[in-house]
Amino acid sequence: MEILRTLPGDDVRQIMWRYADRFDLQMAIQSARSIARGLVARLVADGQRNTHEWTPRKAELLTAFDQSGLTALYMDPEDGGFIAGPKNLALSLVALELAWVDGGSATCSLASNLALAPIHEKGTPEQRHAYMGGCVPPQPGEDRVVKRGAFALTEALPYIGVDTGVVSGRVRVSDWQDGQEPMLQVEKRGRFITNMDFATFVTAAVDSDDPRIKGSCMVILEESDPGTFDRGTPTKKMVHQLSSTCDPVLNLTIPASRIIGGYEVRDGVIVPNFSHGEIIGSVFHRTRIPVGLMSSVKLLSAVEPVIRYHRNRFRGGDAAQPGTPRFDLGLQQKEDALQRLVDVWATGEAGMSLGLAAARLADEFDPIERAKDALLAERGVVGVRAQMSALRKVQAQAIEYVELLNAPVGKRDEARFQELDADALAKFVGLDALSNVLIPACKLWCTGQTAVMMREAVALVGGYGITEDCPGFLFQKWNDAQLEATYEGPEAVQRRHLTATMNNPVFLASLHAWVRELKDLAKTRPGLGAGVLATGLELWAWTLDHLQNATDPEGRKLYHNKRQGVTFPLADALCWLLGPYFLLKDILELEAKGGDNPVVADGLQGLVTFFLDLFHVQAARGTGEAGRLCAELVYGFRSPGQKCCAVGDAECVGPEELAHFVHLRSKADMCFTGSRLSKDRAGLALSQVMIPEALDYPI
Amino acid sequence: MSGLHIVVCGSIVPDPLQTLEPVTTPAGPGLKNEMMLPAILDPWAGHALFEAANLAKSVAGSKVYLVSLGPKAKLQQVMMTIGQKAPFELVVADGPASGFTDAAEVAAELAAAIEAIPGLDKSQLLVFGGWQSASRGAGATLQMLGERLGITDQFQGVDEIKMQADGSFTVLERIEGGSYQLSSCAGTPAVLGWATGNLPEPPNNPQIGMANMRLIMPALQKAKPAKVSTGEVSFVAVELPKQVRETRVVKDMALEEMAKEIVDWIRG
Repeated sequence: MEILRTLPGDDVRQIMWRYADRFDLQMAIQSARSIARGLVARLVADGQRNTHEWTPRKAELLTAFDQSGLTALYMDPEDGGFIAGPKNLALSLVALELAWVDGGSATCSLASNLALAPIHEKGTPEQRHAYMGGCVPPQPGEDRVVKRGAFALTEALPYIGVDTGVVSGRVRVSDWQDGQEPMLQVEKRGRFITNMDFATFVTAAVDSDDPRIKGSCMVILEESDPGTFDRGTPTKKMVHQLSSTCDPVLNLTIPASRIIGGYEVRDGVIVPNFSHGEIIGSVFHRTRIPVGLMSSVKLLSAVEPVIRYHRNRFRGGDAAQPGTPRFDLGLQQKEDALQRLVDVWATGEAGMSLGLAAARLADEFDPIERAKDALLAERGVVGVRAQMSALRKVQAQAIEYVELLNAPVGKRDEARFQELDADALAKFVGLDALSNVLIPACKLWCTGQTAVMMREAVALVGGYGITEDCPGFLFQKWNDAQLEATYEGPEAVQRRHLTATMNNPVFLASLHAWVRELKDLAKTRPGLGAGVLATGLELWAWTLDHLQNATDPEGRKLYHNKRQGVTFPLADALCWLLGPYFLLKDILELEAKGGDNPVVADGLQGLVTFFLDLFHVQAARGTGEAGRLCAELVYGFRSPGQKCCAVGDAECVGPEELAHFVHLRSKADMCFTGSRLSKDRAGLALSQVMIPEALDYPI
Repeated sequence: MSGLHIVVCGSIVPDPLQTLEPVTTPAGPGLKNEMMLPAILDPWAGHALFEAANLAKSVAGSKVYLVSLGPKAKLQQVMMTIGQKAPFELVVADGPASGFTDAAEVAAELAAAIEAIPGLDKSQLLVFGGWQSASRGAGATLQMLGERLGITDQFQGVDEIKMQADGSFTVLERIEGGSYQLSSCAGTPAVLGWATGNLPEPPNNPQIGMANMRLIMPALQKAKPAKVSTGEVSFVAVELPKQVRETRVVKDMALEEMAKEIVDWIRG
């Protein structure tokens, strides 16, 4: 049987992650990689992470980003960028390349985009042109300084990231002459504000402190505005030291035209067109995807250095002589070392597949969302409630749409699918339901599980603190993952988001379609692992349905947004299952299209076999974790006094109303069949795969 | 002086960090998993390309072509980086880029590809390339290519070219003993086999990349197959240069003695 011959390269990833026909993305990846494995790696190796301050050496990152086009990646071509259309996938791929070496450098690259995002999403055309274009580095012949932005939300002081609904920044009218534009006084203090050491402008969330201004809004503050633009002291932080963070104090006078998205004057009151909440909602929805991927990619980056460490473990001393298994394989003689690395790799692959599926979906979703907005505006449907009401009316069509979307091409009603695909509202509701699960799931699971599995990776290289024995900056990556689990919405926020979205009937229609797809696959290709994942998803769906209708012994409803002891574990359980599903989709894509590329075709069979083994391992792990969580929720809220069944403990088969759950749990256990054989094969492959002679960045 | 037509010949080599293990294949010697190993532009050819781009910038109306004999799928990957570094038009001959192909056959294919470039003005032609390659380093291909194109003004181990307003130029060539030879040439055409040159690798510029890709992708799609092989050459054995490491473990040696031993070793 053919085995994994080399570690998967760009050709393989381009097919799996669906950008083989996007040379713009491939070029951006190469640019990011050259910076990551050159400048970034040297900064880390030289100890630049040991300072909180923004140093001249760290500032070299900005020059490198400017020169290589990464600064302009977020911009549209009319503003000086080079990629047209949505850029969620592009930003994700660049972020993960940088995070392959150091997460802080990726944050540094993304932070200016975060500052621009409110302007990009909701800004007026004039604001978009001034700031998007101004943030593009000057071209030859241009004489201007590039703008750099910082995003200031972090409410409420003195803490950070507590509640985005509470804004402590204040805005009031400082001067308003008849027929003139109002001048506003803005006070804002920030904490842990990224890019603040060098930002020339800040997009800040503020609330009205004046009856002549209604509600909250976001404003643009410039360093040249009259008043105080104090960048503040560097934030002392444990990780991500290659990104600049400060605690600024801002007290500035600005024209009202700096309100993001503009404003109207009604009865002598300034009414911003968008509240800060509306803007943040549209921004954070998408920017969380790259963060999830920045974490998962750390696990993939750990594979090569760990293999090399294991193989070289006994070389160079008296412990092993050339030609002996001990010399050639080192620690890879031991099954445990191999199989723990399989777990690390499989977790990383599942996270990457989930995150990149979310990024691609976000790219597809962006124009649909704009089409929906245009259509509703054309029909005169304005306001959040009126829009929600209009969208609820197309839920049935949206369900039909996602069912057809997930049905095999050739077996579905193609004419009906095309009809619904052209229906902006039905398509929006369908994709919105999916993205509202995939994006928080990516942020939650990829960051959280990476933090757990990076500990395994560090342990696999000894983990006793000698840096030469911990190549690939694994220790720093382990710590970085914890911050990534927190910033841009900590785990609890993602679980709350999922609580509100994972029971959406449109999403559940997708999920049931996946189950049908997996069951069909399990019939035609038994032993793949599709069956265990199908059972896991069925088990989860049954549990959700049960919890939505069940009560605790005191008669309180179990599935309720206040009962985080119920909803949060159920959200976690779902996340365990999503990664393997999208990993399988990626592997099947590789299997179907790899043969068309002569580079990939050579060795394709071994590669696909290996990836399918990783999938099987992760599908079994995911179903096991989900099953455990579901069992705790289904049984755990029954009173200790309640008998399981009438026949007594000896022959207990569970209460009648839970019979199907018992059946699914038992079936899930049996579906583990072969998963450990897959792990055996994958481990063996790791002992035989050819790796480079040396890591391509310093240690 | 009218614009130059600078043709840079260069192909890909396996990333030098990879494990390069010689094996025997049905087509002759090769490297284990060669097709799957990531590749880079041959560094010597890279120097030639960056010098060509720099020269083209200084002579108005000049144009740079990169003529490459290699597997087009792997060339495409390499172009995602190289295509961002300098403006050029790619010409592809789809064939092996192995270090074991016969230099004469490679030269013939490259000559045919250059002759077929539409609108190429041979009177304004400069043929650039590496004075050797990172895959084998025979240093023969470029010389044979020049002969096939009828260009007899040839320079090897070049580190610098300076163009004059009248179209003549001077060339700085590496010669033995760490010295340079300065030559004057009346004008094009000429062949220059570059050593390292004097230029750093340019940073990636996506605007250049996007402009180049409009021509690179079609060039890759319409690449003609090139028939090159090991020719009449028979390889008896192939092996990598051996790493030599002689280590002595010595305890309690005085610093002066250690220094003296090192100095003696350096002096030979």
